[in-house]
Amino acid sequence: MKEYELIIVGGGSAGLAAAMGAYENGLNNILIIEREPELGGILLQCIHNGFGLHMFKEELSGPTYAERWIRNVQKTNINIKLDTAVLSINSDLTIEYSNEEEGYSKIKGKSIVLAMGCRERSRGAIAIPGYRPAGVLTAGTAQKYINILGNEIGKKVFILGSGDIGLIMARRMTLEGAEVMGVAEIMPYSNGLPRNVKQCLDDFNIPLYLSHTITFIDGHDRVKSITLSKVDDNLVPIKGTEKTFEVDTLLLSVGLIPENDLSEMAGITLEKKTNGPIVNDNLQTSIPGIFACGNVLHVHDLVDYVSKEGLKAGKRAAEYVMNPKEDYDYISINHDSNLSYILPNKIIKEHEGNVELMYRIKYPLKKATIELRCGNEIVREIKKTNLVPSIMEKILISKALLKGNELTIGLKEE
Amino acid sequence: MYDYIIIGAGINGSFLAHDLSKYKLNILVIEKGPDVATGATIANSAIVHAGHDPKPGTLKAKLNIEGNRIYPGICKDLDADFKYTSAFVTATSTEESLSIDMLYAQAKGRNIPCEVLDKKQALSLEPNLTENTVKVLNLPTTGIITPWEVAFNLMEEAIINGVSLSLNTKVLGIIPRPKTCYIDKCDSMGKLGYEIITDKGTFKAANIINAAGVYADDIYNMLNPRDKFSITGRKGEYYILDKMAEPLVSRVIYPIPSSKGKGVLVVPTIHGNTLLGPSSEFIEDKRGNFTDTETLEYVKTQVNKTVRNIPFNKVIKTYAGLRPTGNTGDFIISESYEFPGFINVAAIESPGLASAPAISEYVINNIIENQVLLKEKKEYIKRTKLPILNRMSITEKQKLWAENPSYGNIICRCESISEGEIIDAIRRPLGATTVDGIKRRVRPGSGRCQGGFCQPEIIKIISKELDIPVTEVVMFNKGSQIITKGEIN
Repeated sequence: MKEYELIIVGGGSAGLAAAMGAYENGLNNILIIEREPELGGILLQCIHNGFGLHMFKEELSGPTYAERWIRNVQKTNINIKLDTAVLSINSDLTIEYSNEEEGYSKIKGKSIVLAMGCRERSRGAIAIPGYRPAGVLTAGTAQKYINILGNEIGKKVFILGSGDIGLIMARRMTLEGAEVMGVAEIMPYSNGLPRNVKQCLDDFNIPLYLSHTITFIDGHDRVKSITLSKVDDNLVPIKGTEKTFEVDTLLLSVGLIPENDLSEMAGITLEKKTNGPIVNDNLQTSIPGIFACGNVLHVHDLVDYVSKEGLKAGKRAAEYVMNPKEDYDYISINHDSNLSYILPNKIIKEHEGNVELMYRIKYPLKKATIELRCGNEIVREIKKTNLVPSIMEKILISKALLKGNELTIGLKEE
Repeated sequence: MYDYIIIGAGINGSFLAHDLSKYKLNILVIEKGPDVATGATIANSAIVHAGHDPKPGTLKAKLNIEGNRIYPGICKDLDADFKYTSAFVTATSTEESLSIDMLYAQAKGRNIPCEVLDKKQALSLEPNLTENTVKVLNLPTTGIITPWEVAFNLMEEAIINGVSLSLNTKVLGIIPRPKTCYIDKCDSMGKLGYEIITDKGTFKAANIINAAGVYADDIYNMLNPRDKFSITGRKGEYYILDKMAEPLVSRVIYPIPSSKGKGVLVVPTIHGNTLLGPSSEFIEDKRGNFTDTETLEYVKTQVNKTVRNIPFNKVIKTYAGLRPTGNTGDFIISESYEFPGFINVAAIESPGLASAPAISEYVINNIIENQVLLKEKKEYIKRTKLPILNRMSITEKQKLWAENPSYGNIICRCESISEGEIIDAIRRPLGATTVDGIKRRVRPGSGRCQGGFCQPEIIKIISKELDIPVTEVVMFNKGSQIITKGEIN
């Protein structure tokens, strides 16, 4: 069986960065497996700009951002398999893959980085009532049809969900000549970045219906119309508020789910809140030698952070290959109910230096205090203003401050 | 002139076409939809019931029990999946446990293997039954199938053996005509022949089998008969859960049956998913297979009564199907007295799927035997098995790849389906022509992403194989295009 020091599953932003991170830290025998015919992942269909402000201090389009990473990888001896699907990852760090050139093969890694990204929540997952005609697509699939394949997928459009892809697609479809009748969001606030609401909806006079959802899809063949209803505080549609929009297309931007079926197959423990693997501050999963980064771990709002996480996962994988240590003492991390999640899930006790905590809050807050507690003792307090769920927050904390076996992160509204 | 025209290519039309293709008969199947199995056959609970439930003395009871006996053999023959899962009828109160005793007696009387289990025994076998479980009736001969797979394979073998199939063909009218003598056994009883007028032209037949599902009454009424019957759609709404590492249940879980039928069930499927449903509401509109919030909520409430820990966050799809419910309370299977040669196979609601092979046998033995002289063909050709790669060992897959590299190119990542298998699904005798047709034959789009990633690829393959522009590739019906302009390169 062919063996590599590191096998990276996925050649998108996380995988590319992980490869560079591992290479720069001394690994020589790295393989990236990518199922598409090109490296770059979902960035390739994100032809709008706004990428790279943190990483390169300039605003790039998705393909340009990807290209910078791809060029760096191509300068190295990193191995790449394109058009190749990983069929299984196993707890013994073997991987089964297939492609047209080699057929079905099994290989082994001294370490593995999971960088499979995420998928979009579909119509079925949110059980929108009505018929099941053609013309109901996830926003990302629509983006692929338009930006990669050069197809038109509809002329009169409604969008459910104000996630970033939904907002971007509202603008994109308008620029392609379609009429976007509106964007509905069940929450009383948008789930996309504020700048996207401004640049993609406001600038094009596309109405955003907050506290609204779609309660019926009509059409036997192609979408004929959708029914929009207002929802109450419990997110239940209010009878009598229905409005019908005659459209031929409904795009869904109703959430992203880390793509962890391969991780589950390997027996990696997942965290219910993120739908990603449970990791320590080395980004190592419950199986020693398997690391995770990018959207397969938790859904990021900026690609720059994905790249940063990828570099770190690659570096940690390299350290593991050179010194495979498996047993650690941990400080476990908990959070109170105002936060939707926090990562990492546990911190290795013996390491020195800093640890970066990433979290998202559940609902928007004007002013709040973040409290880090070890036992009863508050070890750090941070004041925050204008917190929104769509923005991932970070805290850098020195490990020297932490005591005992538990760290709790609380949030107090002011 | 056809000996038989079968109207409707659902599970019953397909069984009849298949079983009759063994004889020297000239047969045509007319189907309104774009594929075989587009009505009740694709939207039901996919269970081969043991036969414990139907009322004594009905065709439903008789044919369900026989169908249950026939299925394992015919599925093996057709290379279609059949799995004995067994089923629990669960009582969650003392009153309900009385019904268990009655059902037990009924099943025993029908020689259906069964046993009553107490709560402890039941929960040790199905740990996700609710704490309220009092008693269950275990029915080990209950099985599951993939109904459309059975229909496809039946119809495919029928086609290989000479049956003609006309899809996208809508019956507009039926005219009785004096019959001319055309086959060996021609009686002089003054029987009629028929002209069937469709949007694809007129077809002549000596005999008609009406297996038009929810439209069977409309078809028969085209003759304006004196013994009209009526069919009403009874809608059932369902959830499908994603495959899980730890299955929710491994048996079919029934509540205690009521006047509305067998109730809302929790059902494991052949492919490792779980079905929750169906609801049961009459609906006027025969195309009204939509889902609605209240009913889906009702399904949730009902399944929570028998099973706990249901992960509703794992729902990947909801859908609705219409059962063809007749006004007689039983299946309507008979030759019209007024219109000889016209056979109704109507009102085949639950347990219709479980009964389908026995219905076909019944029609042939009790009706067709008396109409024509059945002569078996000397040579009957079996359909060719198609490879399913995700069920093979790596060595077997590698062997297939060596013959055809497209078996190495994975298109659907959720279900691990290769390009080669998708091309097979298009090129097979009953080949797919639509996105849904491919999904039903080889499953891309059935997984957790519901086609988000693979749909553009599927469209590309259909366009290439059928040599049509991508703007003409449809999901299912005419008019259900996904791409409205442009080409895929």
